[in-house]
Amino acid sequence: MSQVEIPVFTAPRSLKPVVTHFCPGCQHGTVHRLVAEALDHFAVQERTIGVASVGCSVFLYEYFAIDVVESPHGRAPAVATGVKRALPDRVVFTYQGDGDLAAIGTSEIIHAANRGEALTVIFVNNTTYGMTGGQMAPTTLAGQQTSTSPYGRDPANDGSPIRMAELLAQLDGTRFSARVAVDSPRHVIQAGRVIREAFATQIQARGFAFVEVLATCPTNWGMNPVQANQRIAAELIPCFPLGTFKKIESQS
Amino acid sequence: MDQRLFVKGNEAVAMGALAAGCRYYFGYPITPQSDIPEFTARELPRLGGTFIQAESEIAAINMLLGASACGMRAMTSSSSPGISLKQEGLSYMAGSELPGLVVNICRSGPGLGGIDASQADYFQAVKGGGHGGYRLIVLAPHSVQEMYDLALLAFDLSDRYRIPAMLLGDSVIGQMKEALIPHPRAQVELPPKDWAVRGKQEGAPQRVVKSLYLGDGELEAHNWRLHERYALLEARETRWEGLHTDDAELLVTAFGITARIAKSAVRMAREAGFKVGLLRPVSLFPFPREAFRTVTLVTKKVLCCELNTGQMVEDVRLSVARDAEVYFYGRPPGAGSLPTPEEFAEQIARYCGGAA
Ligand SMILES: Cc1ncc(C[n+]2csc(CCOP(=O)(O)OP(=O)(O)O)c2C)c(N)n1
Ligand code: SF4
Ligand SMILES: [Mg+2]
Repeated sequence: MSQVEIPVFTAPRSLKPVVTHFCPGCQHGTVHRLVAEALDHFAVQERTIGVASVGCSVFLYEYFAIDVVESPHGRAPAVATGVKRALPDRVVFTYQGDGDLAAIGTSEIIHAANRGEALTVIFVNNTTYGMTGGQMAPTTLAGQQTSTSPYGRDPANDGSPIRMAELLAQLDGTRFSARVAVDSPRHVIQAGRVIREAFATQIQARGFAFVEVLATCPTNWGMNPVQANQRIAAELIPCFPLGTFKKIESQS
Repeated sequence: MDQRLFVKGNEAVAMGALAAGCRYYFGYPITPQSDIPEFTARELPRLGGTFIQAESEIAAINMLLGASACGMRAMTSSSSPGISLKQEGLSYMAGSELPGLVVNICRSGPGLGGIDASQADYFQAVKGGGHGGYRLIVLAPHSVQEMYDLALLAFDLSDRYRIPAMLLGDSVIGQMKEALIPHPRAQVELPPKDWAVRGKQEGAPQRVVKSLYLGDGELEAHNWRLHERYALLEARETRWEGLHTDDAELLVTAFGITARIAKSAVRMAREAGFKVGLLRPVSLFPFPREAFRTVTLVTKKVLCCELNTGQMVEDVRLSVARDAEVYFYGRPPGAGSLPTPEEFAEQIARYCGGAA
């Protein structure tokens, strides 16, 4: 009897078979994969338009086998609004870092959510400006040293970490808001489920969906990949609790 | 019989945009252009279009970027301070080769300034405005009818060359009412928008709208490509209006509202026997350099009038024949600073030899 090989685990169709530029231990790659799996799950690769932001994820189009529009730093939710209004039957998502979404782009994300734009927003919170070399972000933890908070973030001077998933959940236009992590197999599976839910929110015409993913930036945290991964549970989750902060089942 | 309407310039520009097939408007309120969002907010939903009052001018230009990336005709409008906020988005649109219409109903500045007519944003409009050395197609209407006509033209040029277009108006052109004869858009053949994102079809190549070119030599090549397109615009698409240029000893030049005043002044001066002509640039970029060169082969004196302290005059100086003399008359914008035809006529008499 001849043996038949049955693949039980394959690369997502929505990702290109290429090597990424991400640093070792960076979790942008993991999040890319989870997003691609969600697109495959709903079989929407062919009608999905991604909106890339400015940060380490700027090369979205190099990795996703989908149409992509680049946006200026922080403006992805506004660009995505234009895309979704022009092509309402397409699946439109933005993929943004914490500097991009929670600092320069605060206005755009709040108002896209508040208008209830039928978008899926993937927000990768690594508590720093990865691309520009590890400066302080609005999500940087109190006491965390970065290149622009060399003595540690001082809440009296710099404010405290901003919790976007909770903040956006307050808005009537937000139909789904959650925070996940990808630091353990259990969390990765959970995160995959939540990201699928965020796309389901859009596909089922329920409106604006937001997923914050806690992620590592070993390079700018000055840690090796294992240490960086451990920091997620030890320091990030206590400040940024995981969970679903809003889920509205009815159509908008 | 043609329909004749009596409307504001701001309404005319919005009507022209809708006639051009624009179904997406994104904007933020600012005087003296708010009639444009008010008109489109009323009319677009009836046409199945989209009107969004954005949270800022920054958001508005980026919504325009998104809609344009999908191949749609889309517009935004604002006035000077709001146009300043749009510069980053315009630079991205220029870099991403996205068409689209931006209407700038200029007001005075710098800073908050006032709502008076101004031409102080000429440099910002024609020299790039944002970062990176790009150009916009810039057209300057001087009547309500032209607000309509040039909106149609701007969309066609912008689509053909994949360069964002700006209509550079001012508060007088925007607010004044005149007769308008609306007409449908001209049936011109435009290249297909085979670059627009639409959701990658099975087996079809991926489409990416972007301004980032990091590979060795890629960005330089991209900039040369843009530069060649600007050169093509200069070769093919300059537009101007000439008046009495054949026998003129003095050529007056002005754009927009100032050209309107200059026209009256030239008429008055002609009646008084002065040999004066007018050259009104309609396209500010591409600038009608060749027209200036040709006229000044014969007419050796040029008087440039502007509602600022001298901006277009620099392009005029660069364009005229080598031995032509260029004079400037203008005032910075501000309440009560709109010049009168008599004031320009006085300047004409001053520079025109052989008074009657
Ligand atoms: C207007 C503007 N300001 C600043 C920058 C520089 N810049 C590029 S990426 C970035 C921050 C990226 O951080 P984040 O969004 O957290 O993404 P990450 O790289 O961490 O994934 C900054 C400030 C820019 N490109 N544009
Ligand atoms: S700098 Fe940080 S966020 Fe950027 S690729 Fe490296 S690890 Fe990832
Ligand atoms: Mg970051």
